[in-house]
Amino acid sequence: MCRVVDLQQSVLAKNDEYAQRLRADMAARGATVVNLLSSPGSGKTALLELELSTARQRGLTVAALTADLATENDAVRLARSGAPVKQVLTDGLCHLEARMLAGHLDGWLPEATRLLFVENVGNLVCPASYDLGESLRVVLASVTEGEDKPLKYPTAFGLAHLVVVTKTDIARAVGFDEAAFRANVAQVNPGVEVLLTSARRGQGVGALLDRALAAGDGAEVHRPVMAVPSAHHHS
Amino acid sequence: MSIAMAVVEQVAAAARDAGVDSVQQVRLEVGELAGVVPDALDFSFELACAGTALEGAELIAEPVPGRARCEECRAEWPTGMPPQLRCPRCAVSTGQLLSGRELRITSVRWAGEPEEPEPVRVREEC
Ligand SMILES: Nc1nc2c(ncn2[C@@H]2O[C@H](COP(=O)(O)OP(=O)(O)OP(=O)(O)O)[C@@H](O)[C@H]2O)c(=O)[nH]1
Ligand SMILES: [Mg+2]
Ligand SMILES: [Zn+2]
Repeated sequence: MCRVVDLQQSVLAKNDEYAQRLRADMAARGATVVNLLSSPGSGKTALLELELSTARQRGLTVAALTADLATENDAVRLARSGAPVKQVLTDGLCHLEARMLAGHLDGWLPEATRLLFVENVGNLVCPASYDLGESLRVVLASVTEGEDKPLKYPTAFGLAHLVVVTKTDIARAVGFDEAAFRANVAQVNPGVEVLLTSARRGQGVGALLDRALAAGDGAEVHRPVMAVPSAHHHS
Repeated sequence: MSIAMAVVEQVAAAARDAGVDSVQQVRLEVGELAGVVPDALDFSFELACAGTALEGAELIAEPVPGRARCEECRAEWPTGMPPQLRCPRCAVSTGQLLSGRELRITSVRWAGEPEEPEPVRVREEC
């Protein structure tokens, strides 16, 4: 014999709850989490190196946590800025979850930290579904990845608070069509800001830092159409 | 993969709570914009079930189409894939998603006799 049981359980509700709690804990201690998402090699670490050193030049207390499937190379690169850096090896898991992040921050995140940058695993699928308690979700794409990236990964780009284009120094060489990219972003996430950056040239570094600080100061952050507060909760 | 693992974990926990040691079928609502590829989900579900109470269980994924509404002109439209989230009528950005991000386990079918009956949550016998 067998029985059918109504379960009605949202798959992501538990993560959403942990994320909500982490966001509140962070706010209570005056810290803001910035979640960086992109495909492998889009230039997250390169940009983050500059964000950390620029923040330190401005006298801001920042920290970074970087998640990778393997190797500690990114942490070594980021630590050169002098900011506290933690490497998380996800042991095969292709994304971070709020509870994991909270566990890694516990006992490590320096008390006075104002901004915590989290470099998610290079992947635009799974990480998009997991809220990490961030106040600003930044989704990056380099000029070499094609203008239709936002259409291929609509959940990732559709949930971004800020879209960042990286490696603009080589935009001309690779024939990057900025207008087409912007139109594709606007289709899946109307109204979201697109920021042009180049780690090579230092372009957009200060602007990204400003957006992160503003989000931490309670400035209104873009609300994506796709961000339905109740999407994962029980109906 | 992570979504499949989360589904298996939650169903396994529910099975434990219900005193059931084998699960035959899981029904899942999957929104078009949930960021989950149905074929990939099937494949990873099978892997994630191995060695659990869900070993060999069937996954039935029920797609939920994306729909949005414009706050400005009240137009409603199917978002499609890739989704169009700007209002097709007035092109403003004040849309609201009505459906399409669901990722919900709607029901499970236990195999075998439960230790304790659960009158409240039983929907049908088969
Ligand atoms: N031309 C140019 N190359 C860049 C820029 N930023 C990064 N790169 C190059 O792109 C490659 C990948 O950069 P990373 O910063 O490691 O990218 P990532 O997103 O952190 O990569 P993963 O952590 O592996 O996902 C490296 O070879 C960088 O030198 C840039 O602004 N301009
Ligand atoms: Mg990196
Ligand atoms: Zn309209």
